[in-house]
Amino acid sequence: MKISIKDVEYVALLSRLELTEAEKVEQLRELNKILDSMEVLNKVDTSGVEPLAHVLPIYNVLREDELRATLPKEKVLQNAPEEDEGMFKVPKIV
Amino acid sequence: MELSTIHGLRDLLANREISAEELTNQALEKIEKIDDKIKAFVTVTKDEAIQVAREIDQKRSKGESLGPLAGIPMALKDNMCTEDIKTTCSSKILYNFIPPYSAKVYEKLLGAGSILLGKTNMDEFAMGSSTENSGFFPTCNPWDLNCVPGGSSGGSAAAVASGEAVFALGSDTGGSIRQPASFCGVVGLKPTYGAVSRYGLIAYASSLDQIGPFTRDVTDCALVMNAITGHDSFDSTSALVDYPDYTRFLVNDIKDMRIGIPREYFGEGIEPEVEAKIREAINKLEELGAVVEECSLPHTQYALPAYYIIAPAECSSNLARYDGVRYGLRVEDADDIVSMFSRTRDQGFGIEVKRRIMLGTYALSSGYYDAYYLKALKVRNLVKQDFDKAFEKFDCLITPTAPSVAFEFGSKADTIAMYKQDVCTIPINLAGIPALSLPYGLVNNMPVGLQFVGKAFGEGNLLRVAYTLEQNSDQTRLEPSLEGVK
Repeated sequence: MKISIKDVEYVALLSRLELTEAEKVEQLRELNKILDSMEVLNKVDTSGVEPLAHVLPIYNVLREDELRATLPKEKVLQNAPEEDEGMFKVPKIV
Repeated sequence: MELSTIHGLRDLLANREISAEELTNQALEKIEKIDDKIKAFVTVTKDEAIQVAREIDQKRSKGESLGPLAGIPMALKDNMCTEDIKTTCSSKILYNFIPPYSAKVYEKLLGAGSILLGKTNMDEFAMGSSTENSGFFPTCNPWDLNCVPGGSSGGSAAAVASGEAVFALGSDTGGSIRQPASFCGVVGLKPTYGAVSRYGLIAYASSLDQIGPFTRDVTDCALVMNAITGHDSFDSTSALVDYPDYTRFLVNDIKDMRIGIPREYFGEGIEPEVEAKIREAINKLEELGAVVEECSLPHTQYALPAYYIIAPAECSSNLARYDGVRYGLRVEDADDIVSMFSRTRDQGFGIEVKRRIMLGTYALSSGYYDAYYLKALKVRNLVKQDFDKAFEKFDCLITPTAPSVAFEFGSKADTIAMYKQDVCTIPINLAGIPALSLPYGLVNNMPVGLQFVGKAFGEGNLLRVAYTLEQNSDQTRLEPSLEGVK
């Protein structure tokens, strides 16, 4: 086994996922299976190979800094689970 | 009943033998009649569709100019934003999301005059190969209701195969257009990365996602490509190139075309009956004048594990926005904000989505970044270099689209077995190149898909070879009997 239940809990915390105990056990089992299947990558010699994050030769796409239409406020807020005076309302932060 | 094509209906519409409203009503009636069994649609936009159809008919009667797809009813995968029309990604976390703007492809299709019938079901956030991961319900394969339609764009594929929609759009991150096209017996094309704007497409893995068409034949595929490709300043990865008129590649001639058969895509892992059909198609192309030769893409076996690092890594970042603050699900009675985020995300996301978020978060986390993510990006480069070398010699490559025909619900419960569904399609996304799946015959009464792979912006060669095969074979136009839904 490559990762432990503690790793699952840590990654779930980073991912902002509050998993049930049963979910943690299932994710541990499946993640280890997946990570095992990735071991094969260690067989590939990648010395001197550049990482390829993106396939198109596009760099620094710029546009003129011109004013253009934006979405009206009511459209932006139309999906808000809770809103107050034109703002998204959330539970207390501190 | 013969399923209609865009090019067939266009003439009927132009000659006033049928109106857009009549055509739209026929499609809506069909959906009403059979979609409780097929379950291709998450949302049907009946009133909006009829309204748009009437506007098209009015324009036509006034002699106003009409777009190239005027009056053609179509469907969109439910991960493309449609202003004022619910867009869910088949996820509980977006169960009530009404987009305040439209995806570029939807604007383009509306501009071309096509009519939206509704939004189609998918694996949640496009993560899956069967629609079994939909947060709502699975879609059934029109050829056999006990089988999956493939995924993640299974709803779009099933809607076109069953005759509910004339064409549909899907998105393809690792095979999500081509594999369901193969399973449902329709034409599916994943364009070159950057050829179709992703503006308004709900992101899964941004460096791999690409929108493309499902159609009933190759001519229709070219017609939809004409409507959806092009540069878009709202998508910073949109390619600034000259986009051709794709219909000029619909040529019934492949004499001296150089076709490569990569040996890594055959043999172990591919069902022998599927491989036999693919070999039969290759022989046919050789008879038609193509020069066929075996070749090798040596890093093929590493594409799948590299993809399952890169795609989850990108998704873990893209899906961070679903936190219950601005839209979608929010759990009630959370005491503080972190608990609200974490409980909303646990309740809103399905198990596979959570798995990929966690896998990606792990691969990007401190101490593991080099071993997983960076390694995968280097392997990605090697996979791309394999294709670059192959295209120095060949105009196109041919492989199976999927290792099997459509399977029964529940039969790929093992995570890795499901991931392997995309073994023939994933390398193409890593390289950013185009690939088209064409139906080619049946195995056990279920459709087989033939995959044509081209170099970047080489869609023309794919259309030409697929069109030629279509014109010279009776294996490419398949129609399900729909016995189980009548």
